[in-house]
Amino acid sequence: MLDERAPSAPLAATRTLRLAGPQALALDSGQALDDLTIAYTTYGELNAARSNAILICHALTLDQHVASANPMTGKPGWWEAMVGPGKVFDTNRFFVICSNVVGGCMGTTGPKDINPATGKPYGLTFPVITIRDMVRAQVLLVDHLGISELLCVAGGSMGGMQVLEWMASFPERLVSAMPIATTANHSAQNIAFHEVGRQAIMADPEWRGGHYLADAVFPSKGLAVARMAAHITYLSEAALQRKFGRELQDRTTVSYAFDADFQVESYLRHQGRSFVERFDANSYLYITRAMDYFDLAADHGGQLSQAFKWLKARVCVASFTSDWLYPTIEAKRIVHALNAAAANVSFVEFETDAGHDAFLLDIPEMFTTFRGFIDAVAAHRGVA
Amino acid sequence: MTLRPELKIIADMVSDGSRVLDIGCGDGDLLQHLAQHRKVDARGIELSQDGVNACVARGLSVIQGDADSDLADYPDSAFDYVILSQTIQATRLPRTVLKEIARIGRRGIVSTPNFAHWKMRLQLLAGGRMPVTEALPNAWYDTPNIHMCSVRDFAEMAGDLGLTIERTVSLSRGKARDVKPLSARANIFSEAAIFLIARKE
Repeated sequence: MLDERAPSAPLAATRTLRLAGPQALALDSGQALDDLTIAYTTYGELNAARSNAILICHALTLDQHVASANPMTGKPGWWEAMVGPGKVFDTNRFFVICSNVVGGCMGTTGPKDINPATGKPYGLTFPVITIRDMVRAQVLLVDHLGISELLCVAGGSMGGMQVLEWMASFPERLVSAMPIATTANHSAQNIAFHEVGRQAIMADPEWRGGHYLADAVFPSKGLAVARMAAHITYLSEAALQRKFGRELQDRTTVSYAFDADFQVESYLRHQGRSFVERFDANSYLYITRAMDYFDLAADHGGQLSQAFKWLKARVCVASFTSDWLYPTIEAKRIVHALNAAAANVSFVEFETDAGHDAFLLDIPEMFTTFRGFIDAVAAHRGVA
Repeated sequence: MTLRPELKIIADMVSDGSRVLDIGCGDGDLLQHLAQHRKVDARGIELSQDGVNACVARGLSVIQGDADSDLADYPDSAFDYVILSQTIQATRLPRTVLKEIARIGRRGIVSTPNFAHWKMRLQLLAGGRMPVTEALPNAWYDTPNIHMCSVRDFAEMAGDLGLTIERTVSLSRGKARDVKPLSARANIFSEAAIFLIARKE
C-alpha cells in the first residue's frame, strides 16, 4: 500500500491511494480489479476523534476536484458553492473527502489505464462496473484514512446514487446522508438518453472498438455528440429558452446552411468540444452503464424500503422543481421508502428553472436548508 | 419561543422521550419545543415548501407532503403520538386520515374547530349565511375547510372507527378545560376541541 503525497494547495491535498495485488477490488460482475489506484482530494483536517469526515460523491463527468482548481482545465472546483471555508461543508470544521470513481479518467483506475495482465490500456477489456463497485472503492479509501464513521455522505445526480448505495450497503458507517437530485433507479427514458450517447461514441470511426488509445486516435466527434445530447437533459426548457431563445449566433439572418446559426447550437457545440478535452470516451461508456444498471429496489427483493432497513442515519433528500432528468417524483419514491423503513428523513424540493444541474448552482435557499441540516447533524454528534 | 396556547396543551399531552409525528407542522414551533425540552424524537410533514425549508434549516426532520397522501407509507405504530392540529377539516378524506393516524400512532392528538359553536349556530339561524368567524375567517367559496364537523361529529366518528377518546379538551375564549366529548355543553361552547385518541387494544 502506497500513499504518495502530490503537491498540494494549503487547504486541499490531492493524493492517490494504490492498492496493488490480486483482487484489490472485487466487482459485482464477478470480475475483479487486480491493481487499483484511487485518486482523491481532501480538504480541512480530520479531528482527533475522527468524527468530522464528510465524503462527497461526484456526478457522471465530474471528479475529485470538488473545491479546488481542476489541474486539467484550470477551472474552479465543481462544488465550491457548497464546500470551502465558511461554506455549508465548512472545511474549517469538517474533513472533506472526494475521490474519482472507479472507471473514471481523472486518476482512479479506469479503461484508459494499463491492464496489468496485458501491459496495454484496458479499453473494453475493463470490467463493467456498478454504482456499488464505486462505493466499495470509497470504502477502501475511507478505511485507509482510518475513518470508521462518516459524519455525512453527500452527492448530486450519480453522486446521489452512490449516497443511496452507502445508505443501503454500509448504513452502520453513516451519521447522515444527503442524496440530491437523484433516483433509486434509472428509468427507461434515462437509459434511452444514455444509449444515444453510447451509440454516438461507438459510431465514431475513431472509436475503433474501444482501442483508440493503442492507435493514438480519439473519438472526439462521437463523445462530443454524446455530451451535447446529455447536456440538454441537465437543463430545462425554460432555462434554454431564457438563455438562448431563437437568438442567432454572430449573424443577423439564417444562413440557409448547417452552420451553428442559433446561439443554442453554438453553445452545445462548445459544450461538446470542451468536454472531449477532459474526458475519456470509454469512461463515458462504462460510467453511463453503471448508472443504467443502478436499481436499488431490485437489489433488495423489489422493495426499496428493504434497502433502508438497517439505516439509523439522518437523511436529507432534495430535488429541484425543473429537474426532468430525475424529477421530484423520484425523490418522493425514496422518501416514501425511507418513511416505510421508519428512517429519520427530511425532504425538500427547491423552486428553480435551472433543471437538473441546479444542485451545482448558487441557490441561497438550498444553502440555508443544507446548512441547517448539517449543523444539526454535527451538533447531534458533538462535532464542534 | 412561546407556543400558541393550543400547541402548549398538545405538547403537555406528549410524554417525554417519545416518538412524535406532527402533520402540518408549519415552521416547526411545536416540533422544536418537543425536541428541545421534552427529548422527543420529532418528525414532521408540511405542505408548504417555505415551512419545510424553515424546519430543515432549524435541524428538524420534516418532509414535504400532506395528511391525505403521505401517511400510507408509514408502518403500523411507527410513532407514539401523531398530531394533527386544526387540519382534519381541510383534508379530502378525514375518516381515512383519522384511521391512518390511529394505525401509525399508538395515540393520536387531533384538534378541530367546532362548527356547532353557538356563534356559528346563531349566524346560520339568524343570518341564513355560512358562518364567518375569527377562527374560521374564509367565505364559503374560498375556504380550505371542506369538511367541517362539530365536537360531537368527531367523537362519533372516532367511536365508529373503534377508537377510544382518552381526553377531550375544549377551547373557548382562550381557556381550556376537560369535557366529555358527547356532552351538549361541550358542543355548544367549544370554539375548538383537542382529542387524545387511542386504538382499543
